[in-house]
Amino acid sequence: MSQHDIEDEGLPPVPPTPAPPSRPETPTEAGRGILQEMLESSWLVTVLAIFSALVLGGILIAAADPEVQAAAVYLFAQPSDFFLAVWDSVFGAYSALFQGSVVNFSASSLEQALRPLTETMTVSVPLILAGLGLAVGFRAGLFNIGAQGQIILGGVFAAYIGFTFDLPPGLHLFLAVLGAALGGALWASIAGVLKARTGAHEVIVTIMLNNIAIYLVAYLLTTPAFQRPGSSNPISPPIPDSASYPLLLGEGYRLHLGFVLALLAAVGVWWLMERSTFGFRVRAVGENPHAARTAGMSVPWVTVWVMAIAGALAGLGGSAQVLGTEHVLTAGVAASFGFDAITVALLGRSRPLGTVLAGLLFGGLRAGGFAMQARTGTPIDIVLVVQSLIVLFIAAPPLVRRIYWLPTPGGPRRAERRRRSTTPATSAQEAGA
Amino acid sequence: MSTTTTTTVPASSPAPSPERPTTAARPPIRWRGPVVYGFFGLASLLFFAILPSGGATTTFRLATAKDFFQIEPITVSSTGAALFLSILALMLAGLAAWAAVERRKVGMWLPIVFGVLVVLAFLCWAGADKSAIPLTGLLQGSLFLAVPLVFGALSGVLCERSGIINIAIEGQLLAGAFLAAVVASLTHSAYAGLVAAPIAGALVGLLLVIFSVRYWVNQLIVGVVLNVLVVGVTSYLYSTVLTADSATWNSRTPLPVIEIPLLSQIPVLGPVLFRQTVLVYIMYVVVVVLQIMLFRSRWGLRVRAVGEHPKAADTVGIKVNRTRVRNTLLGGAIAGLGGAFFTVAAGLAFGKEMTGGKGFIALAAMILGRWNPVGALAAALLFGFSDNLQTVLGIVGTPIPSQIMLMTPYVVTIFAVAGLVGRVRPPAAEGIPYEK
Repeated sequence: MSQHDIEDEGLPPVPPTPAPPSRPETPTEAGRGILQEMLESSWLVTVLAIFSALVLGGILIAAADPEVQAAAVYLFAQPSDFFLAVWDSVFGAYSALFQGSVVNFSASSLEQALRPLTETMTVSVPLILAGLGLAVGFRAGLFNIGAQGQIILGGVFAAYIGFTFDLPPGLHLFLAVLGAALGGALWASIAGVLKARTGAHEVIVTIMLNNIAIYLVAYLLTTPAFQRPGSSNPISPPIPDSASYPLLLGEGYRLHLGFVLALLAAVGVWWLMERSTFGFRVRAVGENPHAARTAGMSVPWVTVWVMAIAGALAGLGGSAQVLGTEHVLTAGVAASFGFDAITVALLGRSRPLGTVLAGLLFGGLRAGGFAMQARTGTPIDIVLVVQSLIVLFIAAPPLVRRIYWLPTPGGPRRAERRRRSTTPATSAQEAGA
Repeated sequence: MSTTTTTTVPASSPAPSPERPTTAARPPIRWRGPVVYGFFGLASLLFFAILPSGGATTTFRLATAKDFFQIEPITVSSTGAALFLSILALMLAGLAAWAAVERRKVGMWLPIVFGVLVVLAFLCWAGADKSAIPLTGLLQGSLFLAVPLVFGALSGVLCERSGIINIAIEGQLLAGAFLAAVVASLTHSAYAGLVAAPIAGALVGLLLVIFSVRYWVNQLIVGVVLNVLVVGVTSYLYSTVLTADSATWNSRTPLPVIEIPLLSQIPVLGPVLFRQTVLVYIMYVVVVVLQIMLFRSRWGLRVRAVGEHPKAADTVGIKVNRTRVRNTLLGGAIAGLGGAFFTVAAGLAFGKEMTGGKGFIALAAMILGRWNPVGALAAALLFGFSDNLQTVLGIVGTPIPSQIMLMTPYVVTIFAVAGLVGRVRPPAAEGIPYEK
């Protein structure tokens, strides 16, 4: 299965047939105005998808609110009460979410007001890094669900190097980060090698590796090598400053160098995928492995390397948690970042820039979700609902277009055009055009 | 599922006739199976029979308190029994090697018998000089824990045989568990919950099929996202409505255990198979019916045609997308029914994310079972067994850390997928939207 559908906004994979040169332009295509362009842009769809997800989330928030339920009892006697209650509950929750993730209006100083934004950036680091790794896999046609395990292994390696050795500051951090990348890469390579050598399905193997990693870290934290001396809890010794990511904005904020690392990784992935021979091979294998093999590329080789790179990036995400945010290794080091990263990579359409933006969005929802839970008592689980709805809507632009009565790009619906065409040959040509 | 999975010929290469010894044309000897068997057989011999000091005894308890015939517990010498079992296992490995050299196909019985032998050897070692291992209870619990996996895997089989990849099994189980708990609690009837659970699962299936058939979204994506959506919705409602008034919305409503008269008195097997809740009996029926229907009925032939070659199916007048929609809805309903296990059948109230990844294990069971209901049942039982083994050994007390025990089923799955199953062949048209 190709990733074509993600890249093509959910449209079916079409053979890359060149457009027939003498095809006359239809009037709709020729007379396309700026408004038309705007209405057909995928940016508008993205914005509307997020809006729709927030509306549906709002309905859920309102429905579960006791005050709304109380006002609904006498809805017809006094409808204004009901709508006020709905507004209070939904607006209260979303404004708390916004203020917890972007700007806090009630803060006393500018630094305090912008603090939530730095929290968003901090939380987004593992999401971006792991999302980039998954995105590389998706482009190669590998559905790697194993970011969770790879983050854990990255965290384990980073933590071990961090609290065991005593090295000069720069070198210590470098080695710990390198170890994290290596740990994640090794873990992911198990799936890559098994897939390449035996054909074991990567979805199964990575799911299994996730579960093994969860128990592995739980076990390690009971051994003397990892458990904090004198503690009976499964917690590692603290990471010394020499192995920690330096803070970017000083003591008052948690934002650390890992964010810069994530951005650099995004640039690196972009170069790797778009400008290097390796990236070309990866994309070729992802589009059509049979063609890639015919062209002399080694599909197993690409599989192994893609998984290793994906694991290394996810492992870096684990290092961000251990060396930057938490400064300690616990069994919950990966939280649900590995699974959230899947949606991040999907939302980012497996592109580096998209993944960074999606990581920031989901990081913001997560950071703001905690603030919302604290302020208005709305459970953070609503964030999961909004996140998944966003991805669903974005994956199906025709649905969004239908909801908002937007025109379809390229004139009439592709499906209808195909239905009108009689022979398979014309339909293939039209699809390619 | 992914493009790199090539469609190779299954391992069943017929043995060439001995009259024509054309060695060049003979397929290569497949050493992977014998090597894996040999490795585990030797490991079993070494760790369970030779390395431990002799003289210890292991006791297996076969009867439960309610049995009509009370069988005495069996006590064996730990190392002696382990030695005997390991040697039998190694003989099986030798048989597999012989079959490989002869290019003969060995049936599914070999891995099953081999696994039983090694597990028994392991139990002899783990239970040495400990309290008796309740063998019947172990099997009973295994079947019980396998229930959601079987339903989930069957859901996967139904969807994927018609060409829709169902990663949303986890979400369907969770939705089923949620609605079963709520309805059972509101109506004070566990059976009402059992009726409601499939509806919740089918709703998730409906979303899956709308997005994959109508909007052509990548089915893996829809599945993953639906899982998150169901976790979000159920956790949110749990944290708000269900916890606010748990007596009304989320009280425990357990399904009663039904003993089948006579059958439940068969030694060992009776308590395991026929002293369960009605959900387990439904499971027997569903597995048998699906196995027969999929491979022996007109409907099954059509479903498989749609999953393998939709264009050909369409040409002979089978409605491809309609078949897919129906199968996905039915599959969702079956997984939802499996979700009822977590709440009404297990006698628990609903809890956040209480399915805990069982849907993904069910997916693995489906693939291990090669998209086949009976195979999925066997694989699910394997997972249920290792899950329950860990609990039982935790009570008996073993030298192994519990985390390592918990890890074992997943390691075994990887070995099984990589070593024994190898390149399994999913339905050919899986994951590809069909358009006329």
